Amino acid sequence: MPKINLKHRSWYEVKDRLSSFLFILPAATIFAVFYVYPFFETFNLSLRDWNGIGPAKLFVGFRNFSDILSLMASQQPADLTWWQSVIYWLKSLAAGTLSLNYDEVWWRSVWHASYITLVALTFQNALAFMLAMACDREIRGKHFYRAVFFIPPVLSEVVVGLIWKWILEGGVQNGQHYGLLNHCLDAIGLHHLVNDWLSDPKTALTCIAVVHSWKGFGWGFLMFLAGLQTIDRELYEAAKVDGAGAWRTFWNITVPMMLPVIIVVVILTILGSMQAFVLILSMTDGGPGYHTEVPVTRILAAMMRTKEFGYACAMGVTFGAILIALSAALKKMENRIKRI
Amino acid sequence: MGMNPYKIRRLTKLVLIQALLITVTITCLFPLFWMVRSSLMTQDAVFVDQSIIPSRLHFGNYVRAWTQGQFGRYFLNSVVYTTIVVFGIVVISSWAAYAFSRLKFPGRKLFFVLFILAVMIPLPGSFVPLTVLMTKIGFINSPYSWVRQLGYILCMINVGLPLSVFLLKTFFDQMPSDLEDAARIDGCNKMGIWRHVALPLARPAIAVIVIFNALNVWNEYLLARLLLNDVAGKPTIMPLQRGVMVFADTHNVEYPLLMASLTIAAVPIILVYLFVQKHILAVGEPSKIDLLKEGRLSR
Repeated sequence: MPKINLKHRSWYEVKDRLSSFLFILPAATIFAVFYVYPFFETFNLSLRDWNGIGPAKLFVGFRNFSDILSLMASQQPADLTWWQSVIYWLKSLAAGTLSLNYDEVWWRSVWHASYITLVALTFQNALAFMLAMACDREIRGKHFYRAVFFIPPVLSEVVVGLIWKWILEGGVQNGQHYGLLNHCLDAIGLHHLVNDWLSDPKTALTCIAVVHSWKGFGWGFLMFLAGLQTIDRELYEAAKVDGAGAWRTFWNITVPMMLPVIIVVVILTILGSMQAFVLILSMTDGGPGYHTEVPVTRILAAMMRTKEFGYACAMGVTFGAILIALSAALKKMENRIKRI
Repeated sequence: MGMNPYKIRRLTKLVLIQALLITVTITCLFPLFWMVRSSLMTQDAVFVDQSIIPSRLHFGNYVRAWTQGQFGRYFLNSVVYTTIVVFGIVVISSWAAYAFSRLKFPGRKLFFVLFILAVMIPLPGSFVPLTVLMTKIGFINSPYSWVRQLGYILCMINVGLPLSVFLLKTFFDQMPSDLEDAARIDGCNKMGIWRHVALPLARPAIAVIVIFNALNVWNEYLLARLLLNDVAGKPTIMPLQRGVMVFADTHNVEYPLLMASLTIAAVPIILVYLFVQKHILAVGEPSKIDLLKEGRLSR
């Protein structure tokens, strides 16, 4: 390196670092304004009571959260001290009259999201795994199937939701069911199964979960297939020579070798399915009643219908905490499994 | 000569597997076929005629959706948003990734950690303050269409940034530094190296980024719902997904018309998918980095 006058060199360095900084400036600015600020503002707003328009953002501490979570008995008289309210709580529990003061629709919406996630975890991923196993061999049309299974994932939730809404339509005209599913059930003689699928509280959520799985299984399939293809064929040959049947080969070779991929798919399925909501907007918009609400549609409703911006943010923070707790638990499980 | 039991077992197994695959294939494709088929019927026919292929094909729904339903405009808007956002993401994220990987400046580590955290921490409600912010800055209620559109575009760029930066940085980290040195000796400055060395080398990574962000922008609904409002008397600025939802609300019983609009929204993305299939399906490979490595070696 040529010797440079110190002063000159430090000026050169400053200029160099400044010009380097310019490279991340656009990204950092956009990121700060549109991601970092809303991120922290969510926490700020969650402590306030605000209708989204007026200047007054009343600070209410953790009231929004206690409205969501509260375990207080709902009919409890207002003037009780804390230990009296504990006694009241226990008494009404013993008497079987305890009803809690939490946001019931919200917790039901959390259950609905969990239900959709459970269906995705079991039905969708099992199907994806089976299909991946089926395609992980020399089989006719392998590339065709692979391409087809990934068509639903590239479609938008709006399009998928509306197509299925039309198929599941429960109406009747001229004595004929015009929804495709009902028409087919009718045609093959299963009249008692005909239903107004998305308006019936008993079936609406399951329909959404199944359509969600229809849209999503291609992702799992793709990752499982890629994982299966990395397994050394010699392992299977060796198992065969040792006289292991298909079932033992599956449990003692395929599953252990696939564990890392399975864990990744499980984590992605959970985070994705818990937060899925556009499908619901396009199929049922949370109805009938509140039977297909999920947390994100609740947040949207609090923001756009009832104009409770603070409460909307508090729901977001609560749900975010649930998701983080879930993924932390999964990470822990992953580490434990890895150690075995 | 009869077939031996081993052969029979293998054959049944193959038949069962094919049956499963074909069933799932039909389940995947039939709803789409049903959409197209319903879009080619008249309003009266669709409720009574349940034949697989309608006796008379009726293309009027597409004409109506395209003109009366403003789908021509929605389509154009979606194309514009997708192009600008993807271009913005590629340029801005490759600048940032190049800097994170190769240049020295204060706060380098901190910024990168922030980017990674953004991908890892889910906060479902953050669109609430984002909407408030966009109103406050004046993006949402601006009388000028292009300002409202710009707001949406910036937000969508932000959505795609963190992952793209991360992907490109891991790519640039493996870039051989002798190429860079050679360029420097030839008189390239940092911008020149980015333009003539880094970007061309990163082509496989950029292909992945372009495809997935294009899909994401084309299919995006929530931010389009929150940030894009139309002003009476001016052409609509909504993208397709939003337009479809508006259309579904106002024409909720006109299924043939609605199916025509869905077809308009779905077919381009399916065609593009079939066209770039290889890149998309390659993302499932064990590690994306390996894919990118291969891409580099094959050049």
